[in-house]
Amino acid sequence: MMIGEATDTAPEQPGAARLPLDAIRADFPILERTVRDGKALVYLDSGATSQRPVTVIDAEQEFITTANAAVHRGAHQLSEEATDAYEGARARIAAFVGASRPEEVVFTKNATEAINLVAYSLSNATFADPAVQPGAARFRLGPGDEVVITEMEHHANLVPWQELCRRTGATLKWFGVTDDFRLDLADLDEVITPRTKVVAFTHQSNVLGTVNPVHVLVAAAQKVGALTVLDACQSVPHQAVDIAALGVDFAAFSGHKMLGPSGIGVLVGRYELLEQMPPFITGGSMISQVFMDRTTYAAPPARFEAGVPMTSQAVGLGAAVDYLSDLGMKVVADHEHELTGLALDKLSALGGVRIVGPSDLTDRGGAVSFVVDGVHAHDVGQLLDDEGVEVRVGHHCAWPLHRRFGIAATVRASFYLYNTPDEIDALVAAVRKCQEFFGVAPAVGAARGA
Amino acid sequence: MQMEQLYQEIILDHYRTPHHAGLRDGDAEVHHVNPTCGDEVTLRVRLEGTGPDAVVGDVSYDAVGCSISQASTSVLTDLVIGKPLPEAFTVLGEFNTMVTSRGAVTGDEDVLGDGIAFAGVAKYPARVKCALLGWMAFKDATAQISDRQDSAHTQTGAQR
Ligand SMILES: Cc1ncc(COP(=O)(O)O)c(C=O)c1O
Repeated sequence: MMIGEATDTAPEQPGAARLPLDAIRADFPILERTVRDGKALVYLDSGATSQRPVTVIDAEQEFITTANAAVHRGAHQLSEEATDAYEGARARIAAFVGASRPEEVVFTKNATEAINLVAYSLSNATFADPAVQPGAARFRLGPGDEVVITEMEHHANLVPWQELCRRTGATLKWFGVTDDFRLDLADLDEVITPRTKVVAFTHQSNVLGTVNPVHVLVAAAQKVGALTVLDACQSVPHQAVDIAALGVDFAAFSGHKMLGPSGIGVLVGRYELLEQMPPFITGGSMISQVFMDRTTYAAPPARFEAGVPMTSQAVGLGAAVDYLSDLGMKVVADHEHELTGLALDKLSALGGVRIVGPSDLTDRGGAVSFVVDGVHAHDVGQLLDDEGVEVRVGHHCAWPLHRRFGIAATVRASFYLYNTPDEIDALVAAVRKCQEFFGVAPAVGAARGA
Repeated sequence: MQMEQLYQEIILDHYRTPHHAGLRDGDAEVHHVNPTCGDEVTLRVRLEGTGPDAVVGDVSYDAVGCSISQASTSVLTDLVIGKPLPEAFTVLGEFNTMVTSRGAVTGDEDVLGDGIAFAGVAKYPARVKCALLGWMAFKDATAQISDRQDSAHTQTGAQR
């Protein structure tokens, strides 16, 4: 794969690799289009879904036009090639996130399904046949057991645990969020106790941008023998993540947020756990032996991939991971850090804009949520859209978090490797224009004095 | 800029100074939310009279939301308070048709009054739910009152 020569004219710091921004943008055909009567597209919604480079689009197309077949079924050449492409993608994705072996990567529809897979497998453990799965007993949950989450979770890492608790009689507990938008771990030992069976939390908040101290939570969970589930949706696309080094038992992320196709997500699970866990969805491909009255299960990951899986999507995600690896996640993270810093400074300087998230760059990713005093987030989004600036508005599937701060909705700008400092300026100018439209613009320079 | 067409002065006026706001006595209260953005309205309806002769006595509400949802609820109250219920439903039908028409139906000013200012919303599918939030709450609340009246009616009928 070619990413092209660096044509970026920004001054190079000695030793610091920078992203070749012009070349990168040329890899993303959608960025050339205009919106709303000829406005240049300023896409600041990669936290919701990212755009795809030509290499990803081509990889999918190439697979479909040359090797399309049902994987792991049939002995013909196409099936062999399709299986190789599918398993090859699995191996590259495993290496990209530091899974200990490719078999620890389970393909799902998206991160939501990956988290549900764990939650349903745990409740299915209650009904597991001890003859088929003697190891399943350790995953059983019941009254007296506790599941711990946080108040900053996306609904995808919240509702499945509520539902698991409802089904099993276990109790749901959570860590709150401090006034400065960090996890409140003051009562760590009261929240995570010997009753805790699962600790599920996000690596990086999709609203606040806060990056959570994974090692602290993992250490507390391990001390009491609880399983850890990391929602890595907003970290894996934006920073180097080594799941084995983090020490979590499970991690979930979505392909469409990391330059890959929609319709593919990943659950990474420690193999010795996956091996003992009952299946979530059952049917073809996940079996070892089937009789009229009973079934034994295939080894992971097949046990958790029932039915003919999504194939071109897996291949596309493999190409996305190649693209990111070629650039280097450190360079990607540094670039987003720079954009985030610019956005925080320039939005704050406008006056009348409140950032909902840490105002400094320590342990902070590139999701910048804010409210504009006197203008509802929906109206801000509409005015920004009219300028070609595409952001997300609403509660971003984190309603309890918004309630915690007494806000119905926020505007969220989120950045990726293809965004530029000029686009931050476009965002800031559009917010200013919006303030003027609704007659709430503070006098220039008012923010500093206020 | 098309924004002036979407956010017409009438809409901004209703947003800044909503009419009939606040909660007063009603025969039914409903709470509607827009689950995609978290906008909420608590709305009460008081009817005078029953059945086809019912007149909308009052519509009162407490709402958090964007300018479109706030203003359209305000316009709703102007349009339906004091109207016979069947007429109020004609207005509701006309408003619904207009905002869901993707711009094909401009709306009849004689029926919709200030409501025609929301014609621009139809071009932005993501905002249609905002414009309809209060209206759907009104529909739901009146349906609850009618249902209650109907079942009270059947019960008295059965006792006879
Ligand atoms: C932190 C976080 N978790 C989970 C999800 C759910 O991802 P998906 O909708 O792809 O399953 C998202 C995406 O919005 C997210 O940002």
